[in-house]
Amino acid sequence: MAIAATNFRELRLDRLSRDFGTVNALRDVTITVKRGEFICLLGPSGCGKSTALNCIAGLLPATAGSIWLDDKRIDNLRPEQRGFGMVFQNYALFPHLTARRNVGFGLLMRGVPKAQAEARIDEAIRLVRLGEQENKLPGQMSGGQQQRVAIARAIVVEPPLVLMDEPLSNLDAKLRLEMRAEIRRIHDEIGAATIYVTHDQDEALSLADRIVVMREGTVRQIGTPRELYAAPAHLDVAEFMGFRNRLSGKVTAVAGDRVTVAVGPTTVTGAAHQPIAIGAAAIVAVRPEDMTPAPASTQSFAATVTASEYRGRDFYGLARTADGAEIAFRADNAIATGTPIHLSAAEARVLVFAGAA
Amino acid sequence: MATEAIARPPAFERIPLGQRLAANGLDAVTALCLPAALFIIALFIYPFFYGLFLSFEPKKGDWLANYQRFFSDSFFYGTIATTLWLALPVTIINLVVAVPVALQVRHMRWQRVLTTILVLPITLGTVLVAEGMLNYLGPQGWFNRVLMTLHLVSEPVKLVHNYWGVMLSLVITGFPFTFLLILSYVTGIDAVLEQAAATLGANARRRFWHVLLPLLMPGLAITFCLSFVQAFSVFPSAVLLGAPAGPTRVISIAAYQAAFEEYDYSMASAVAMVMAFVQLAIVVAVLGVRGLFYRGPAAGAKG
Repeated sequence: MAIAATNFRELRLDRLSRDFGTVNALRDVTITVKRGEFICLLGPSGCGKSTALNCIAGLLPATAGSIWLDDKRIDNLRPEQRGFGMVFQNYALFPHLTARRNVGFGLLMRGVPKAQAEARIDEAIRLVRLGEQENKLPGQMSGGQQQRVAIARAIVVEPPLVLMDEPLSNLDAKLRLEMRAEIRRIHDEIGAATIYVTHDQDEALSLADRIVVMREGTVRQIGTPRELYAAPAHLDVAEFMGFRNRLSGKVTAVAGDRVTVAVGPTTVTGAAHQPIAIGAAAIVAVRPEDMTPAPASTQSFAATVTASEYRGRDFYGLARTADGAEIAFRADNAIATGTPIHLSAAEARVLVFAGAA
Repeated sequence: MATEAIARPPAFERIPLGQRLAANGLDAVTALCLPAALFIIALFIYPFFYGLFLSFEPKKGDWLANYQRFFSDSFFYGTIATTLWLALPVTIINLVVAVPVALQVRHMRWQRVLTTILVLPITLGTVLVAEGMLNYLGPQGWFNRVLMTLHLVSEPVKLVHNYWGVMLSLVITGFPFTFLLILSYVTGIDAVLEQAAATLGANARRRFWHVLLPLLMPGLAITFCLSFVQAFSVFPSAVLLGAPAGPTRVISIAAYQAAFEEYDYSMASAVAMVMAFVQLAIVVAVLGVRGLFYRGPAAGAKG
């Protein structure tokens, strides 16, 4: 028998908030998750993403707002009444039960008849490719195996929604890539909605259908990975999407969404996704990989190389301008520290945001 | 001639004795165990064997005479049942009450204050608690006066100088100890396991039976043993609050009387040995049962 998610249309968080004393861990978070969707909550630690997940699971009561599963309000239900599957950061496997009985725990609690339960456990174990490990105790298994048990345990009850709290953060780099693909495959196979919390933008970009970028308890931007990667709406979203270079300047010309900014003696042109006026303070954001050595001109930054490191295919370096701004760049060849250099980025790769650094 | 130049493989070199001992866990640091070992030998092992040998040297009769006397006279062997009849219920009551209290207390913000209050009876000592109970629960005490004033009873309820007095005092003085041990075992269980059980559909009752209790079992077994041994060696409250001539003539009273009323140290030693054996039998049985349960760490994952 196949494991398929319980049918539902959508999960809605409506202005969900959570305070810890006077601290707003979560403020007015509104998200709609459709059936079959893979949503990543992305943000630095302390941004409220795990708080949001715990509120959805019912492990943490929200202080304001509501959660809806289709037309049913569920934020007043206890976690055991919500029926969502959850994968915890440290897996939270029951140490006294074998892998198989861990997986079967949810079915036992639901009183599923034994024969049917056994078949579903078999299917879940097959789905996560656990194989021969099923009669081991969690303490006898590797991190990756425990991870598979935790996922099987969460999906075997066929939940409408699977919640994952940084499930890969305890694994080594190679296993992390492997399990990432596995998680997406399992998601596609069972058709539940998945809400996945991470602070790793690579993980979010490769896994998610839509990414919710959070910061200081609020949602900064919701969009597909492509949208967020190409056109982050906020400077801190841009930062999370790899725009490490942030240079302050003044707007000198505006033509539609093409904005020209003077950064010291250099003029840079890029795209602005919000209205911005001539003369306003602006921040130019560029990814290090788009900032490359260029001929000297008014459009390039004159700087001195302060560090350079080998990355296999190419070199990444740091350079300092005469104004003291630091620029991270990419180069095809090694450049010695102390070398004067000119750096520029293609117009399509430059973003302009209003505000001062 | 070239053979001389070939060095012998290191494996054949003699490793110094010190290094070999260190590899087996014996080095200078091991010597730090010595004071503790001497202490145990002087205060426990030597007296134990002294008593054991003494019990086989009765005042009259052959070497087993003391034990023959003990097991043929109900005045002696009856104390085993009397003591068990006190110690087992007291231990079980303390455990059964301590577990839910500890489960609640671990989530409390004022955990420390509450723990301090609960632990206070330990610091007071058995005698003070006994005196207090004599006044409070006695025929003229507050407890009975309130019951009589409310016309709930027509004559005072007898709660001291009998079985119930000893039992109550053992619960009061034993509970804090049991509670503290249980609390440390309960807080050792990763809270996220309960959350995981909840997301899998287990309500509070089933989380207890399926997750908390199995993980708590080894701790409960140890706590049972320690609490039981403590209750089994009851002496002051059995004398002060009980009926030491009859219903609460516990085994330690028998030993005391043999030693200090009959001045028969040999017989007293025999009683003490029987006492030790009964305790040991119960402890071994409980630890044997513990072996049937999971005994690993009570956390969700390694590290």
